[in-house]
Amino acid sequence: MFSILKGLWIVFKHGFRKRETVLYPEERPILSPRYRGRIVLTRDPDGGERCVACYLCSAVCPVDCIVIQATEDENGRRYPKSFRINFSRCIYCGLCEEACPTTAIQLTPDFEMAEYDRKNMVYEKEDLLIAGPGKNHEYNFYKVAGLAIKGKEKGQGIEENEPVDIRSLMP
Amino acid sequence: MMAEYPLFFAVLIPVCILFGFVTAGSMLIWAERRLLGLWQLRYGPNRVGPFGLLQVVADTLKMFFKEDWIPPFADKSVFVIAPAIIMTTVLLSFMIVPVSPDFVVFDSSVGLLVFLSLSSLGAYSVVLGGWASNNKYSLLGGLRAAAQMLGYEVFMGISLMGVVAMTGSFRLQDIVEAQRGMWNIGPQFIGFIIFYIAALAETHRSPFDLPEAESELVAGFHSEYSGLKFGMFFVGEYLGVTLMSSMMTLLFFGGWLGPVLPPVVWFFIKTTILISSFVLMRATLPRPRYDQLIVYGWRVLLPLALLNLLVTGGIVLMFQ
Repeated sequence: MFSILKGLWIVFKHGFRKRETVLYPEERPILSPRYRGRIVLTRDPDGGERCVACYLCSAVCPVDCIVIQATEDENGRRYPKSFRINFSRCIYCGLCEEACPTTAIQLTPDFEMAEYDRKNMVYEKEDLLIAGPGKNHEYNFYKVAGLAIKGKEKGQGIEENEPVDIRSLMP
Repeated sequence: MMAEYPLFFAVLIPVCILFGFVTAGSMLIWAERRLLGLWQLRYGPNRVGPFGLLQVVADTLKMFFKEDWIPPFADKSVFVIAPAIIMTTVLLSFMIVPVSPDFVVFDSSVGLLVFLSLSSLGAYSVVLGGWASNNKYSLLGGLRAAAQMLGYEVFMGISLMGVVAMTGSFRLQDIVEAQRGMWNIGPQFIGFIIFYIAALAETHRSPFDLPEAESELVAGFHSEYSGLKFGMFFVGEYLGVTLMSSMMTLLFFGGWLGPVLPPVVWFFIKTTILISSFVLMRATLPRPRYDQLIVYGWRVLLPLALLNLLVTGGIVLMFQ
């Protein structure tokens, strides 16, 4: 009996508390930078595409919503010819972001992706690619990878040793 | 003025009472949801019109345009009549409610008994609705409503007899006038608590909404109802809440009595506070188990109501 009255009093006191509701269209929620929303493809600090079309994201995707077509440019850099994400399938799990070796694919705090036509949910590469480096400002894959491309031989990367001469006998 | 134009007032008063209470009852659709929102730290309907006030209009329009479906397995005539009964009995009950000393449709010398008998007739609506739907959940809801209303009707009347014994009249105006010195809530506090619980059960409002317990019985007795017939059950329930609150105002809180403001305003304020307390109950309390509810009614509240009447009667006789 006493607990009922106590409960009534507590509920009554709630009438004078601030309401928790965020009135959404007028009032925007503050999302964390790690929020898993719209997927973007980022560029490295030099402005080159980060994606090397390794297919890891499309392989790890549990709902198979990523389709990639790889190709190579005249400098020897791999890049995706086409990169397609079907957002009507995507479950925003973030596994693609975890799998990506070059931090190219990233999830951003934007959830307003509603469309009237389902076909518009399929995002092509030009819809996904953004101008900036996203969450990882410094990282430049080809500068640290031991891969020779045009204008950078083996051993010229950051903190990279000269390649070992495998024909010499010296250790 | 009333004596000069008797016919005019004979039409005006019923129209005012009818429209006033029906409007108040339907505004509860909005008010209850806003109040529940307030106590649950959210907003409730706030989009349609200022503060969401036009939600009532939107809901009513929606109800009008829904398909009014009668299931082929239902007992058609009873199915149609059942929701009309609850509206009729509740609206008829409002005729004995005196909003101010002479603003009453039917000045009956046994107004309280009229109210009690009409409110027990309301049970038929729920029982017949549950029976005519020919659906096991509806039937269970109807059965629960029958047992619950039977149990709670008994001491609902008895709990009010203390008030009657103190006043010596069944006329509601006399009962209010007798509270000039002190409201009945003081000497009849136990009677008020018992009547309040009975009123909750009688209007089958949460936490006594077992006839329509949605987690067990789909929607209980009105599972098969749709469109305007469902709307009649819906508004009938809110009108029942309004009726019970106005009766409590009259019987325990001094009706229209109060300083400065006109009587109608005092009546309105007190009734509104009591209606809000009904919503507070819904916002707080969980639903008890069905057998607990029935046992609580017969074994605790009925003896308590009888004891209250006994003590009140004894004291009244002592001071005679």
